Amino acid sequence: METFTYYPGCTLRTKAKDLDTYARISAEALGIVLAEPDDWQCCGGAYTTAKDEIATKLSAVRALNAAKELGRPLITVCSACHNVIKQTNYDISHDENMAAKVNNYLQLPEAYTGETTVYHYLEMLRDVVGFDNLKEKVTNPLTGRKIAAYYGCLLLRPAKALAMDDPENPAIMEDFIKAIGATPVIYAQRNECCGGYITLEDKAQAQKRSAAVMNSAADMGAEMIVTACPLCLYNLRKNSGSELPVYYFTELLAEALGLKEASNE
Amino acid sequence: MNKNLKEQVLRSSGANVLKCMRCGKCSATCPSYDEMEYHPHQFVYMVEKGDIETLMKSESLYRCLTCFACVDRCPRGVEPAKVVEAVRLAAVRQQGGNRLSPDMIPDMLDEDLPQQAIVTALRKYAK
Ligand code: SF4
Ligand code: SF4
Repeated sequence: METFTYYPGCTLRTKAKDLDTYARISAEALGIVLAEPDDWQCCGGAYTTAKDEIATKLSAVRALNAAKELGRPLITVCSACHNVIKQTNYDISHDENMAAKVNNYLQLPEAYTGETTVYHYLEMLRDVVGFDNLKEKVTNPLTGRKIAAYYGCLLLRPAKALAMDDPENPAIMEDFIKAIGATPVIYAQRNECCGGYITLEDKAQAQKRSAAVMNSAADMGAEMIVTACPLCLYNLRKNSGSELPVYYFTELLAEALGLKEASNE
Repeated sequence: MNKNLKEQVLRSSGANVLKCMRCGKCSATCPSYDEMEYHPHQFVYMVEKGDIETLMKSESLYRCLTCFACVDRCPRGVEPAKVVEAVRLAAVRQQGGNRLSPDMIPDMLDEDLPQQAIVTALRKYAK
């Protein structure tokens, strides 16, 4: 039984409840405890890379420090929270100036300088549970389904900070798809951006980007796409004009573990 | 050219624009290439030359998706997205420079739009 400090983030509380609910019930079935701290603040959705921005980095540092004080790794399932928290952790470990400014501001009992280990939920499946072990726990394999993994931009980049997988030739989501009994589909756009927040600024650009992703997956024979990001899900479903179904990876995980029907009763 | 502005942008970005060898790979891989008047390699070059006011007035600032493709694919480790971000911040930090304000949000909502899109857009387009 391994316990993680779980950071759900703002979107999983509201529009992306499926991503959260299926993550929780699946973790429980896999013997992983997701302990949510009493209070956490929104990560801000995007990491501000600017060196002269400190205030926008504080909520991520607070979450990292809460995990440190509890003596447990921090886990997220939303691609955006994962990206912000890992980039913050990378910079505070490598940039003394930034660490000094942040700590000067927060005045924690003990300075935070990057001690917490951060996992994305997929990394927990790969590195803690193990995909072979996961495969054995699958009671309802998704045999025959052709599934395209969509990494987008936030899961993998910048690779030096995210350190999750090879940013140009990733395998973690495809290995996950194999573990739940389905067949992964590789396509060119799997690690290119869906348009992200540009949907608020320029709908046409979001439509163009998300259509490129969906068409690329459909051309390679995909029957569905999986993502870990609420904003990718939104763009691919609403802006792409494609009929290809889009799901959170956690929903398929729960289905393969035989938990989905049970949770809908 | 405005020397202070150049220094501020360079410091804020943390990028070393002098390492750029002008191969254009960042622009070749940029998913917003067609929507941009100035492309990532031009941001790098124009910041090096100190021609920053031109960039601050450009719509290109608001077309970058912060996808970090240019960061990971630049063979010289220049990290162009950080240069774009520093110029965008210089622009939105100006008086009246906000591109987006919270009172504009309600009109943009639909029932499926995730919070993540709103908080991210506010972080990118406002100060
Ligand atoms: S981060 Fe911005 S400039 Fe760089 S490739 Fe992505 S959209 Fe283009
Ligand atoms: S990819 Fe790097 S080296 Fe090449 S033009 Fe862009 S910033 Fe310069």
